[in-house]
Amino acid sequence: MQALIDIDQLDLYYGDFQALKKVSLDIPEKAITAFIGPSGCGKSTLLRTLNRMNDMIPGTRIEGSIKVSGKDIYSSDVDVETLRKKVGMVFQQPNPFPKSIYDNVAYGPRLHGIADKQRLDEIVESSLRAAVLWDEVKDHLKRSALGISGGQQQRLCIARALAVEPDVLLMDESTSALDPISTLKIEELAQELKKRYTIVMVTHNMHQAARVSNQTVFFLNGEVIEYAETEKLFSNPVDSRTEDYISGRFG
Amino acid sequence: MTRRTEFDQHLNALKEQLVEMGTRVEHALAGAMDALQKIDVDMAKKIIQDDVEINRLEGQITDIGSRLIATQQPVAKDLRRILAAFKIASDLERMADLAVDIAKVVPRLEGQQLIKPLIDLPRMAETVQTMTYESIQSFIHENVDLAYKMSKDDDAVDTLYNQILHEMFSLMLQDPKSSNQVMQLMFVGRYIERIGDHATNIGESVVYLVTGSRPDLNA
Repeated sequence: MQALIDIDQLDLYYGDFQALKKVSLDIPEKAITAFIGPSGCGKSTLLRTLNRMNDMIPGTRIEGSIKVSGKDIYSSDVDVETLRKKVGMVFQQPNPFPKSIYDNVAYGPRLHGIADKQRLDEIVESSLRAAVLWDEVKDHLKRSALGISGGQQQRLCIARALAVEPDVLLMDESTSALDPISTLKIEELAQELKKRYTIVMVTHNMHQAARVSNQTVFFLNGEVIEYAETEKLFSNPVDSRTEDYISGRFG
Repeated sequence: MTRRTEFDQHLNALKEQLVEMGTRVEHALAGAMDALQKIDVDMAKKIIQDDVEINRLEGQITDIGSRLIATQQPVAKDLRRILAAFKIASDLERMADLAVDIAKVVPRLEGQQLIKPLIDLPRMAETVQTMTYESIQSFIHENVDLAYKMSKDDDAVDTLYNQILHEMFSLMLQDPKSSNQVMQLMFVGRYIERIGDHATNIGESVVYLVTGSRPDLNA
């Protein structure tokens, strides 16, 4: 598999605090890569660097490089809006806009200049289908997105991210606020989506990482401790700190 | 370090059951050999009856292990510990059955004199008994060196077994009337040799548990 995201010797500081230390990772395309590790290990920080969400946190400074499709995303000529179109994100809490289901999905494409009604209809349908939500909402697209269940809202957020045709989908604890059935639906959806998108997920649920991902990265104190095929990492990890963490004997 | 008290307690229970199974297998083998040497049918019957308890222990190990998998989602070495315990329990159960097979020879020899004092068979049985003990110890202490020792001991058992076969063949040729008893004793040798193979399997399970790779110690 080819690497779509190439992280090289990445250091990240929040003021004086170094949150990431010399992180180097190749994230393959059209696969699911999971970041695991205890709170404060840097996994979410790294995820947020991938579409420059950390830019919004004052005092953040990075060294090293992150390339997506060979292009350094921190170089001065990068348009952050374009980057975030390419690298979409789904958060922990479903965060639909207080608008209709239709307008939620059409929001991104409209922002990027698509005004044609028929074209928007197509995008909304195909995105909702890709997020496996179409059949549940097709008859009430004009209803408020806030009226559907949490699991449906999260799939709507995925549809909204897909509507702008990203290459990468970042999932930051995207199922931790959901019930087990909705969680399984999102996990199954992720399996479908990886055929077309590169997915990077942060999860506190190790068994989710084991179930869903192709590769797993274990972080500790801002460092990558182990990066391996998920099957290998969960059955026979090389580093004893990984073994302690995944066996729940950590801390 | 965070401890998984509940999980670790049950893992220890699993180990204790395996130690008890192992001890019972040792006793079954020693008892069956004793009964054979004395041609003591009552003693042999006791061995056969006690096998029920070993089967029950195997069932218990399966129950504890599957409950742990279902409720604690063990991974990596924790998971291999349980998988190894299943496999070891099943080896021990077979070893106990083979000890029963030895005990079942005793009533077939009732009323006969042994054609010769048994020397090599008890020696073989002693070695295999030690292997059984050490194989369980290698599991408890996750001691790979001890696990690999099974392979060497098994070679010694195989050599002894071949020696016994040759001796038995010549006895049969010298005195064809003894062939029935000789056959029975050859079977006993075979049963003991098989018990040794299972102890070697236990060694393999321990190497798998510790390293995650599967060696072939029976080669």
